[in-house]
Amino acid sequence: MNTNSNTYTFIFAIILVTVVAGLLAFTATSLKPLQDENVRNEKMQSILSTIGVEENRDNAGNVYGNYIKKELALKSDGTVDENPTVKAFNINLKNEIKKEPSEQRYPIYIAEIDGKTTYVLPLQGSGLWDSIWGYLAINADENTINGAVFDHAAETPGLGAEIRETWFEEQYIGKQFLKTTGDFSTNSYVSVRTVKGGSKADDKHGVDAISGGTITSDKLSIMVEERLQRYLPYFEKN
Amino acid sequence: MSEENEALFSKKNIKLLTDPLNDNNPITVQVLGICSALAITVQLKPAIVMAVAVVFVLVFSNLAVSLLRNLIPNRIRIIVQLVIVAFLVIIVDQVLKAYAFDVSKQLSVFVGLIITNCIIMGRLEAFALGNKPWASILDGFGNSAGYAVILVIVAFFRELLGSGKLYGYEILGHKAKTIAESTGVYYYGYENNGFMLLSPMALIVVGIVIWVQRSKNRTLIED
Repeated sequence: MNTNSNTYTFIFAIILVTVVAGLLAFTATSLKPLQDENVRNEKMQSILSTIGVEENRDNAGNVYGNYIKKELALKSDGTVDENPTVKAFNINLKNEIKKEPSEQRYPIYIAEIDGKTTYVLPLQGSGLWDSIWGYLAINADENTINGAVFDHAAETPGLGAEIRETWFEEQYIGKQFLKTTGDFSTNSYVSVRTVKGGSKADDKHGVDAISGGTITSDKLSIMVEERLQRYLPYFEKN
Repeated sequence: MSEENEALFSKKNIKLLTDPLNDNNPITVQVLGICSALAITVQLKPAIVMAVAVVFVLVFSNLAVSLLRNLIPNRIRIIVQLVIVAFLVIIVDQVLKAYAFDVSKQLSVFVGLIITNCIIMGRLEAFALGNKPWASILDGFGNSAGYAVILVIVAFFRELLGSGKLYGYEILGHKAKTIAESTGVYYYGYENNGFMLLSPMALIVVGIVIWVQRSKNRTLIED
């Protein structure tokens, strides 16, 4: 057999590619449910971790419903999208923020622990190298942060990547994103910023930035400010 | 006939397996596959998973190419090799995503980049295309094991000195926010060397490994 003829080469290539494509399609389809479950469980794990419930990934799915009582999809004016086909949990914020503001839906998760309500807001933004994201837990006073979880795709290890470490996340606990004047209508939005060189001990609106991770810290600050402010109309209505 | 009766682990075959571990190590002697050795050796766990993935891909691609070696049209052999390697790599990636989600997140793009690992294409071209399946399996295993050994050595030192951990366990004690709360060596003011976490240190560690190896193995020293 002449393995150098054009016909043979074509036939060989076609057979090889068909076989490989078939095998790959089979593997991908059969592993898809497991992979999707991992992604779902991880999301639930992150949300639970924001409200102080530490569960391993496999178990997160089982206890999720015990804490998270409501999942709402908000419109940009702060009203709830009642359309039953819109599932807040399945909203991919990364795609959502690319849409027109009026088309966007912002997920909000309402948790209840020991009778106390906590709001969990997802965050999504860009870091120095790639996406960063996370969750913020807000107390029922709709001002004080009760927990934060951040994660990243490719920030620099040891520097920007520190945002996912507990010491950094814990700084957000007790911080407030509104400057309170006593009257809700005159409160002004200041967000919680990362402060280069360290925040003052009594600063309610700032946390320490990461040494050597200035750009990641700044980008994280922008993400928190940008995402939080989308929820202000909802908080005002409730 | 003599070839068919050759023992599975004849002297020649054993040499295929052991040569790449030392005398002909893909990283320290042939200087192939350096890029991934830099990228994923910050911690031991991803390094081990990466090593296992490369063993899997190289053994099976060597086997597949060796089985097809008389059928592959010479003019498109590189493409055929790439298709086979890519196929195996995608399988590894999908399996990791399903069964080892955390590790797959850590390795991220580097699993996909196994395709471009020079060791793999190098062995397919240099060995599998001209040798029998069993010998190719041994050669693939030997070379990927040689790669794996270096990966694990580098990751061992980088994780130990860079984060004070091994395989995620804090073996040097726990580093808390203040020295008073810390335990182990951190209590005495020890600090992790953050530089170990950055890629240049992987090169330097590989350099030290090469130095040690050559001082032990005189045959490697060039004039």
